[in-house]
Amino acid sequence: MRTKRLAVPYLIWMVIFTIIPLGIVLYFAFTDSVSHAFTLENIIRISNYMPVFINSIWLALISSLLCIVIGYPVAYYIAGRSPAMQRFLYMLIMLPMCISFLLRTMAWVSLLDDTGIINGFIRTLGLKPLPLIRNNGAVILGMVYNYLPYMIMPLYTVLIKMDRRLIEAAQDLGCDSVQVFQRVIFPLSIPGILSGFTMVFVPAVSTFYISQKLGSSGTTLIGDVIESQFKAAYNPNLGAALSLVLMILVFICIGITNKFSDNDEEVVTI
Amino acid sequence: MKTFNRVFTILVLIFLYVPMLVLVVASFNNGTDPAVFKSFTLKNYRSLFSDSVLLPLLINSVIIAVLSAIISTVLGTMAALGIHSMGPKLRSATMAVTNIPLTNPEIVTGVSLALLFAFIGTTLKINNILGFFTLLIAHVTFNLPYVILSVMPKLYQMDPDLREAALDLGCTPIQAFFKVVIHEIMPGIISGAMMAFTMSLDDFVISYFVYGATFVTLPVEIYNYTKKPLQPKIYALFTLMFIIILLMMVAMNILQARDLRLSKERKMALNADRRKAV
Repeated sequence: MRTKRLAVPYLIWMVIFTIIPLGIVLYFAFTDSVSHAFTLENIIRISNYMPVFINSIWLALISSLLCIVIGYPVAYYIAGRSPAMQRFLYMLIMLPMCISFLLRTMAWVSLLDDTGIINGFIRTLGLKPLPLIRNNGAVILGMVYNYLPYMIMPLYTVLIKMDRRLIEAAQDLGCDSVQVFQRVIFPLSIPGILSGFTMVFVPAVSTFYISQKLGSSGTTLIGDVIESQFKAAYNPNLGAALSLVLMILVFICIGITNKFSDNDEEVVTI
Repeated sequence: MKTFNRVFTILVLIFLYVPMLVLVVASFNNGTDPAVFKSFTLKNYRSLFSDSVLLPLLINSVIIAVLSAIISTVLGTMAALGIHSMGPKLRSATMAVTNIPLTNPEIVTGVSLALLFAFIGTTLKINNILGFFTLLIAHVTFNLPYVILSVMPKLYQMDPDLREAALDLGCTPIQAFFKVVIHEIMPGIISGAMMAFTMSLDDFVISYFVYGATFVTLPVEIYNYTKKPLQPKIYALFTLMFIIILLMMVAMNILQARDLRLSKERKMALNADRRKAV
């Protein structure tokens, strides 16, 4: 019974370095930077950033959906290989995540730039260079590139844990392979899709580096605004208010997806 | 359908690795623009090793990664043991706290810790609070949940009778832990520690908000570099780190394969024993 107490140092750590800091964010969001008096001004000023919020959510949403569409066939393919091959392919998917995303994003800049590698190739073919960078498309590409492994991992986990007997049962009952996928495999992989969705959406909606490098002034994201409040404009109160809204947004998003997956599990158990 | 998935997977892997190829090729390029390959050279590697700024920063990053991995592995393993023995209500409350840094956007974690450190700095009247210790604290904080989440499943998989047997045979609970339990959950501890190490080594967003001029890590400095045109020695550094991480991944892969084989063999031996007993 005394084993329980082993978690005490951890809990103290988490209270000091996770819960109290969030309380301080809340305090800053509702106070004035000079007088430290209670104010709603920071929250009201957020409405100026509504277009930025909407743009962030929109781009992160498109990227997450693209990651589902791109990640699903890959996860499905990997899950069907031999165990050794699965481990190898999984490693290949994981490996890029361990390498500085700053540098990998910079590599995309040299690929997509107006004088970059792809446009250089297009020029040697005698065609006109394409506007590949500093637009929404480039930011989405950066998000999909950086966060695709976060989608493939949970999808793969769900697919390999799937009970093979269910698929065999569907086949025995006369389903063709399309029907097996539609009626058995896909519904059972929804928890994986949802957890992949949150794992992509959360970092994508809060990123600031990708949009700085691959986007333009028209593609400013909420992460850029928060970063500039702390690093350039120095208005931590407004920055805290923006962080608070971002956090609430993310928790709502996770709440919604959790609700979906909970309902699903109930369906499955019935 | 299978051929489509195969071709598609290969295309996705190409998509994932093309930028890395660009960086590796750029590290051997005798020019500054990665888009124009002038001629093959090793001078970027020479200038990297004679660089007096980048290598100390890499060492800083490794120090933070090693220390934060050790601290979070010890604290996290203890926490996992504690959580494992909790009742369902307390456990779900603790796991909810554990999930906060996992689900919170990194930028919010960074900002909240920056505000906490600024607050501590002003109350204790420390001027330059940001530095080594704030980075270490931040890294331990975001590593802890990963350690717990990789140790917990091993505790659930472990046969509880093993610990009971050790206690019956006269072990104190501490002896039972070090003689029996720790061996059972070792794969989880190792993978948690490795995950903590790599997460910490590569962390930029949270570090960016809690670093100070006295102690800078490599990713933060790379960010400051990328505001200007990149120096080619950064590409050389990337290539070396890529190779090191690749080797680490392969080693982890082999360890996992061995772990899997051992547990399979053990299961088979156990089944054989049971059959004999019957």
